[in-house]
Amino acid sequence: MSAARPAPRTVRLEPSRGLGRALSPGELWAYRDVALQLAVRDLKVRYRQTALGVAWAVLQPLLTMVVFTVFFGRLAHVPSEGGSYALTALAALVPWTFFSNALTVSSQSLLANVALVSKIYFPRVYIPAGAVAAALADLLVGIVLLLATVLAYGRTPSAGALALPLLAAVAAAAALGVGAAAAALSVRYRDVRFVVPFAVQLLLFVSPVAYPATIVPEPWRTVFAANPLVGVIEGFRWAALGTPAPWSAIGISAAAAAVLLAAGLLYFERAERGFADVV
Amino acid sequence: MTAAIATRALGKRYVLGARRRGYDTLRESLARAGRATLARLARRPGRSGDGETIWALRELTLEIGQGEAVGLVGHNGAGKTTLLKILSRVTEPTTGWADVTGRVGSLLEVGTGFHPELTGRENVYLNGAILGMRRAEVRRRFDEIVSFAEVERFLDTPVKRYSSGMAVRLAFAVAAHLEPEILLVDEVLSVGDAAFQRKSLGKMTEVAREGRTVVVVSHNLAVIQALCRRGIVLEHGRAIADCPATEAVDRYLRTLELAAAGDLLERADRDPRSWHDTRIRAVEVTAADTGRAGILVGGRPAAIVVHLTEELPGMDCRLSILNSLGQPVATLDSSLPSPADTRERGLGPAIRCELPWVPLVSGRYRLDVLVRARRHVQDGLQAAAFFDVEPGVVDGRPMPDAGAEGTVVLPHAWRLPE
Repeated sequence: MSAARPAPRTVRLEPSRGLGRALSPGELWAYRDVALQLAVRDLKVRYRQTALGVAWAVLQPLLTMVVFTVFFGRLAHVPSEGGSYALTALAALVPWTFFSNALTVSSQSLLANVALVSKIYFPRVYIPAGAVAAALADLLVGIVLLLATVLAYGRTPSAGALALPLLAAVAAAAALGVGAAAAALSVRYRDVRFVVPFAVQLLLFVSPVAYPATIVPEPWRTVFAANPLVGVIEGFRWAALGTPAPWSAIGISAAAAAVLLAAGLLYFERAERGFADVV
Repeated sequence: MTAAIATRALGKRYVLGARRRGYDTLRESLARAGRATLARLARRPGRSGDGETIWALRELTLEIGQGEAVGLVGHNGAGKTTLLKILSRVTEPTTGWADVTGRVGSLLEVGTGFHPELTGRENVYLNGAILGMRRAEVRRRFDEIVSFAEVERFLDTPVKRYSSGMAVRLAFAVAAHLEPEILLVDEVLSVGDAAFQRKSLGKMTEVAREGRTVVVVSHNLAVIQALCRRGIVLEHGRAIADCPATEAVDRYLRTLELAAAGDLLERADRDPRSWHDTRIRAVEVTAADTGRAGILVGGRPAAIVVHLTEELPGMDCRLSILNSLGQPVATLDSSLPSPADTRERGLGPAIRCELPWVPLVSGRYRLDVLVRARRHVQDGLQAAAFFDVEPGVVDGRPMPDAGAEGTVVLPHAWRLPE
């Protein structure tokens, strides 16, 4: 046996109280390799199982953009921002596609990983987190697609492009918060998996994806921004189309995302103790 | 010697009904889920109040020293698996605590902590990370793991295409080779071929000799006796004996005989998959020619009758005959049909299995019974009956006496020079 092995540490296993163990930073750090491998695994599985592979990350927002442009832009005369409905839609569809995929996959992640949950221990929050991380790779592809499309339209992205990582983080936080809570709920109530796709569908219409947020009149626009996607989408449009920087919307949405993340993880952590007993 | 595992008043309570029957149809499942959700919302939140709870483990206090090899024996539902699940951190105790010192490698029940979509290679690394190993450490051990599991050719195949035997072999190899200080193994040795069972038994002995701690659950008492110095008998979640392994095995066998002698309907250690539309009421083993109960004669006909509470259409029955150490000798399974089988209506709630002659050497045997119907396990009992076999005559030839090797008698004829 290797002599370099550090003295084994003693772990006390007992009924957890309060916040419990699974969100403790020490525990998360000790299992950091697992987090990385789970994210890599989710990516591999994602691209291995789809016939289109990475192309899917491009086609999904692009095809939706075409449909939106024809029906909402041309036929329904939905207003656009910065003069191009197609760009208005694509700037929203890139973060939207990320959010809806991250939310859907992470909400199903626990049930999809019953074998891991019921046989071995590691901080379970890494399962939905891995799903969101894998979706971030798609977002990266989507952002490249968006910037390329902007250039193809003969425009240049605004300084807002520098805020894209922050906006991605807001969207990821919201997706993980809701996704983790939904994943934990779905272990106990199997019908949650029917609810999530429906909720995502509704969310598409209460988010400014097919229309600009400016059609919502003030005072309501401030309330509207409590939907984290509002700040994210407006931020993406700022980056792509050079619309005015929507700082207040981004601020409100970031705060809302932080609340969702904290509440979602808290619920996940409370439910986590019983996972292996139910699945 | 420091303790690798120390528990104090460890207890685990499960809420019954948390895992109900699977849903049949989507419509039904929605209706049921709706009703259940309403019922749950009506209750005070935070209280898991399906009413009935069961203590799978109670007040368990024990200490296992570093380098000890300990066998856990007990009926189904005695708490063996629950204890291993707590020690491997898959589930939390309800009361008390357990101190675990060192890295834990575990193999819980049949099945593995593998991701079906990933290849064998990727899963080895994933499991290594979960055990707390760096990639480089896993790489050093990789070839050894793969050659032990004998899956070289399938390394880059997703695990979902593995046979269950292959998956368990790989899982065992990972758990045993990634240098855990504590190895927890639940019933793996019942899967896979005999050669692999021998090999993994050897590996566990080696792990124990290297000063690491091994805790084994097995119904195969010969394995417990061969591997462990110390044995712990669990019954209804409590440790009723903690003694040298051979004594523990004897003690457990006595509790098995006691259980088989009592009212089978009263027993709680039934197969956890059971739907219980029908239940095993009694099991009779009789010598068919003399009618003597519980004592068969080698080479003479016998009948095994499983009495049930209900007659269901299309029932099937599986009888496993095990020797006194819990090693399987033969399986009789009606779901593998023969033209000699008959199915009749109105036979009453009983299943009868007839043996034209008993091909077993003399000794004491045990019968495990599993009844299936409506595509589900309806009831299952281990050690539902015991019977003795007395030496007899097969094809006019006297059977070898109990001291001879083997457990079965084969009809045969010799051609010898005069």
